[in-house]
Amino acid sequence: MIDKAMYNFTPLPSLIGGIIIGFSVILYFYTTGRLAGISGILANSVTNKLNRFSNFLFLLGLIIGPLIYFLFNKTSGTFEITNSLILIVLGGFLVGLGTRMGGGCTSGHGICGISRFSIRSIFATIIFISFGIITVFILQQFGIHL
Amino acid sequence: MKDKILSLACGAIFGVGLVISGMTNPEKVIGFLSITHDWDASLIFVMGGAILVTTPIFFLLKYQVKSLLSARITLTEIKNVDRRLVLGSAFFGVGWGLVGLCPGPAISSIAFFEPITFIFLVSMISGILFNKYIAN
Repeated sequence: MIDKAMYNFTPLPSLIGGIIIGFSVILYFYTTGRLAGISGILANSVTNKLNRFSNFLFLLGLIIGPLIYFLFNKTSGTFEITNSLILIVLGGFLVGLGTRMGGGCTSGHGICGISRFSIRSIFATIIFISFGIITVFILQQFGIHL
Repeated sequence: MKDKILSLACGAIFGVGLVISGMTNPEKVIGFLSITHDWDASLIFVMGGAILVTTPIFFLLKYQVKSLLSARITLTEIKNVDRRLVLGSAFFGVGWGLVGLCPGPAISSIAFFEPITFIFLVSMISGILFNKYIAN
């Protein structure tokens, strides 16, 4: 029997995907001068008139990119998510509130910030990963998240 | 016009990277956060791969003042770790652990046509608006 973790562990595709994300961040920064922090782009497209359409198009790209990938690879991808409405509503709200209060998410702090050696981003990343780990651990004790 | 085309293209490239990396699947992110049970370390390779590319280039572009499309580059250089950063990142971490979606994959999730992700998106935007409301 294959161990679940070993079966799920995908270092190579994850590394390649990461490199592609890094390339997107650099191309976006070099050409437009803006950092590809998704929570910032989303917040700005909702609340800020400056570059609103460009921000909206970046978000549209985030949807179109996977669709093109699915089309060429004749797949529809794997998507497994909780069906608990409470978790979805609470989780979504906390992600929106937290990323804006903290000034960034996995992309803005985790990728852009860390690679610019920002102390704030390094702190933020350690904090959100730690709290994510604690949250998952607690939910597992109640049999939620297996 | 170029700015808009590049924004769309960069978003699409980013989205393809997310799908290939596996991070568009919330269960895989939960697997990374589950360090005591069937830990899946893949997310480290995603962040590592991205940082491997961005670190040297950001270093080279450190003193760049104008972008290729001649936009003025203004990076905020706030240095101090304040209460908002700590509290906000903690909130984000909890929300991330509850569902396994962060903002990028949450938007890309529309490509999977799962109705429940729209509820997540609406909640996430409410959180963004709530932060703007309490910040004022």
